[in-house]
Amino acid sequence: MPNQHPLLTSLARHAGRIASTVVVGGLLGATLVRVAPGFGIDEAELDSRLSAQSIQALRQAQPGQSLGAFYFQYLVRLLRGDLGTSRSLQRPVAELLKERAPETAKSVVLGLALGWMLGLSLAIAVVMSRSWTLDLTATLTTGLLLCLPAAVLALIFLLARMPERLVLALIVFPNIFRYSRNLLARNGSLPYVLTARAKGLGGFQLLVWHILRPAAPQLLALAGVSVSVAFTAAIPVEALCDLPGLGQLAWKAALSRDLSLLVTLTMMVAVVTLVANSLSDLLGKALSSGTAEVTA
Amino acid sequence: MKWVRNVGVAFLAIVALACLLADFVAPSYARQFRDEPGAAPSRQHLLGTDDLGRDRFARVLYGTRVSLLLAPAAALLSSLLAVLIGGAAGFAGGWVERIIMAATDLFLSLPWLFLLITVRALLPLNVSPIISVVITFALLGCLGWAAAARVICADAGSLARSDFILLARASGSSGFRLLWRQVVPNLRPIVFAQFWISIPVFILAEANLGVLGLGVAEPLPSWGSLLRELQSYSAMTGQPWQFIPLILFVVVVSCFHLVLLEQESPA
Repeated sequence: MPNQHPLLTSLARHAGRIASTVVVGGLLGATLVRVAPGFGIDEAELDSRLSAQSIQALRQAQPGQSLGAFYFQYLVRLLRGDLGTSRSLQRPVAELLKERAPETAKSVVLGLALGWMLGLSLAIAVVMSRSWTLDLTATLTTGLLLCLPAAVLALIFLLARMPERLVLALIVFPNIFRYSRNLLARNGSLPYVLTARAKGLGGFQLLVWHILRPAAPQLLALAGVSVSVAFTAAIPVEALCDLPGLGQLAWKAALSRDLSLLVTLTMMVAVVTLVANSLSDLLGKALSSGTAEVTA
Repeated sequence: MKWVRNVGVAFLAIVALACLLADFVAPSYARQFRDEPGAAPSRQHLLGTDDLGRDRFARVLYGTRVSLLLAPAAALLSSLLAVLIGGAAGFAGGWVERIIMAATDLFLSLPWLFLLITVRALLPLNVSPIISVVITFALLGCLGWAAAARVICADAGSLARSDFILLARASGSSGFRLLWRQVVPNLRPIVFAQFWISIPVFILAEANLGVLGLGVAEPLPSWGSLLRELQSYSAMTGQPWQFIPLILFVVVVSCFHLVLLEQESPA
């Protein structure tokens, strides 16, 4: 029997995926926090005035929780919105996230917008102009950018006193260009597009209706992936350019081995990228079903 | 385009040879020339010295050796894990494949660098240089299998449904024997491609970790620690030779991409 509500099924599948990420990620995170150095140790143990017996007594007073009980409490706290306290910064993790998320959101949104604008428009220009010099120049430029680590690009921008937020755009741009160029070039060489071109259909109409529209689901999927790319690049960019965002927080947490903060950050970014991927997937499905109906 | 690939391979071979001969052509990477910190290139120090008076040419050679030896080792580890996980999932099919691929998808959805620094932070940071090298590249290998496993699973799935496997099954070949003798050898081209794809990815990841201070520990050089030197402002003012490690890095990574380009293009 055919599926009556493919979009609803897809929505349920994505929601299940996000929920399972939270549950499995939470378990892994709780395990990491539990095995992290310093877990379950009372600060009072560092007091040099205490005797060995007192330290022993302090250790025995620590509740010896099993991993299961610890995980259960961790999840309950997570559901209540209590993300714990950062060991290195001695502040609630939720407060730190609230403080730093807008900075990263600003960088990521700007980077994605500029990267997409640059990448897609260059891909369109290459495919529509069919100029091999433009294609070669664009391919070489994006190839060079793909060979540069995000951290080095951030350093170059910092040394050249250029706006640091643009680094994310330059990291997203080559990925967008490479994929969309190949996709649009493939669509542009399909027989019906060649026929439409031969019949004298204008460049703009050809691009919008026959090249870009069929490529929309794949481009949307790429949009989801590019969110993950931008978040990943945010760590070196924010750390090196001193932008007070989540990437810098993750870097500082890694250097001070603050696992509770690091695990929560990773989980949060994973959920954001999963939501972005799910949205792009659902939109892509809606668009392709719309295209199929038009074709029918 | 075959000549492009040949140029790439030749350049990689020259760099690899120079790195292997580093012991004979350059002084030790850790030896300090205390009278000459930050010296300009000369006959004695081809690329000058760094702020601690160490010969930069030697550090570039030894650093390149570390990255060029260990990135393929990490790629080999991740490819083996991908064959094990993806190959088994694709060959088994059904619910085993669905569960393993769902887990792989979840793994892939985690932001790579966040995951990498989380696991890196779990392990000690204050370790000897050799242990830091092992930790860095073992982590890259252990965490970099997911994308390759997905591709290998798809290939193993189609192989498992192919006629020759059906024939082998009909001849009484057992599950593991079938997997080991028939499926895995036929996965070799795709595994080799995935292995080759992983090398530049791991080189870039190590460089990012190194610049952030989470990679290979000093005094052992790696591309990450060499590129970290660009943080000093002098790099932009009066010492353009500080950019040579970066140029070499870009050219080497480009060469890996060029070799891949040839593999991806139809024969």
